[in-house]
Amino acid sequence: MTEPARFNWPARLLHWGMAVMILAMLLIGVAMVTSLADYHALVALHRPLGLLILLLAGLRLVNRWRHPPPPLPTDLPAWQRIAAHGSHIALYGLMLTLPLVGWGMLSAARYPIVLAGPVVLSPILPQDPMLAAALRHLHTGLAYALFAAFLAHLGAALMHALIRQDDVFASMAPWRPRR
Amino acid sequence: MTLINDLTGAPPGMTGRSLLLRLSVIGAVVAGTAGGFAYAGGWLSPGLLTPARIVDRFEVVNGPHPGFRRNHAKGLCVAGRFAPNGAGARLSTATVFAPGQVTPVLGRIALAGGQPYAADAETTVRSLALLFRSPDGAEWRTGMNNIPVFPVRTPEAFYDQLRAAKPDPATGKPDPARMAAFFAAHPESARAASLIKARTVTSGFADSTFWSLNALRFVAADGTVRPVRWAFVPERTAAPETADGTGSPAPDGLFDAFEAQLRQGPQRWHLVVTVGRGEAPTADATQPWPADRERVDVGTLTLTEAMPEAPHTCRDVNFDPLVLPEGIAPSDDPLLSARSAAYAQSFTRRAGEAKTPSAVTGAPIHGAAL
Repeated sequence: MTEPARFNWPARLLHWGMAVMILAMLLIGVAMVTSLADYHALVALHRPLGLLILLLAGLRLVNRWRHPPPPLPTDLPAWQRIAAHGSHIALYGLMLTLPLVGWGMLSAARYPIVLAGPVVLSPILPQDPMLAAALRHLHTGLAYALFAAFLAHLGAALMHALIRQDDVFASMAPWRPRR
Repeated sequence: MTLINDLTGAPPGMTGRSLLLRLSVIGAVVAGTAGGFAYAGGWLSPGLLTPARIVDRFEVVNGPHPGFRRNHAKGLCVAGRFAPNGAGARLSTATVFAPGQVTPVLGRIALAGGQPYAADAETTVRSLALLFRSPDGAEWRTGMNNIPVFPVRTPEAFYDQLRAAKPDPATGKPDPARMAAFFAAHPESARAASLIKARTVTSGFADSTFWSLNALRFVAADGTVRPVRWAFVPERTAAPETADGTGSPAPDGLFDAFEAQLRQGPQRWHLVVTVGRGEAPTADATQPWPADRERVDVGTLTLTEAMPEAPHTCRDVNFDPLVLPEGIAPSDDPLLSARSAAYAQSFTRRAGEAKTPSAVTGAPIHGAAL
């Protein structure tokens, strides 16, 4: 049997690294907005991690463009094919948009965007409280959407791995496929 | 099982039992992840005190005042500069303390409470909030009150006190039984309340001392970390009461008086840093520090300008006490993170609301006296 096509190693490294970061980011985000005691520590972690995710998502898109992913199995029903493409567009869109909305809302609220130590990001929007509040709510809404997309992606990946048993999961698995 | 196998795309050889087991595993992983998210977000702990609940309580106690801060609602924007004298550079690497560095400051004087149109009263707690902006983009924000200690030690006590101190509609004063119950549950607050009551109430903002209340940490160039509290001590000699001696100023009298003083000339405060030792109770803002602690005058704040709240003034700034530059770090005081969280919640709410003009008006003062 021929070796199934896999994502290249940078794609796999970025995928699994970012999976951990994004899940951590979502948990930090949802925890910090309801926390009093840990609010400051969590926000201090949330800001630099958000920027890192933005940079890595950009890197990942470039890698994906230069090394297109392996094709989906030919026997995949059309609706699943559409769902797969749609959910990936949503995932990439949210990975890039959420950090930018966060950066924008802090800019509009005139907070200094401290990453670590003396490293401060420049604002990307002028001061505007109404816009800051709107972006703050958008940030929450998009974060819930990203978590929903994350769950759908996780469920679909496990369906491929455990039930369909096709090459989809293996193409992104961090380990070498057994076949 | 062929129908389910077809629907799920399972290979024809997979038994129904195996398929159901696998489906359950997937369901459990997805549901477990969602459950973890719900747990982190506090949905499984309905009794959790959150920033939203604190700000909700302010809204309940004070009524709705859209567009205004939920606390310290009535205020006036001020501006000026901070000139360090060099003595602070030994304690902290913050740019604001570097000798020769003059930092522009914008700020806000205000009265505690969530009622933006309340009449000024001498005994209402006064606040001074400041934002120091260094040329490198770093900022230091701080909000201080004219009381020597804070009335509560924890955010939970703060939340309880808000309700206990809610004025009874019949008498206009807090229910004594509720306050007594609160003090019984929080003896540290009872002690703090007597210290606050015993303070000298001065005639206005310009002769008030503003205390940091919370402890923070100064980080020196050699890495030494010292717990600190600070106070802005006025140069103006404190006058104990209003000029007419009635003790009750005009509705906006405290603000009007400050504007009049500013028109006559700049108003100055010295930033006096109290350096704690190892045993300093950094996590208890209700406790004063011993009087023999080292005090260092690190520089002079000069306020030269005032302007009513308007777009792009102090109105749109969140004076979050944990916006800190390099050289100043949070302490273990639980109020600091809670203030940061609750201020952010209050800021997001008011930022998104239509604004109405402040009760404090007047022509802007641009510090011609400089």
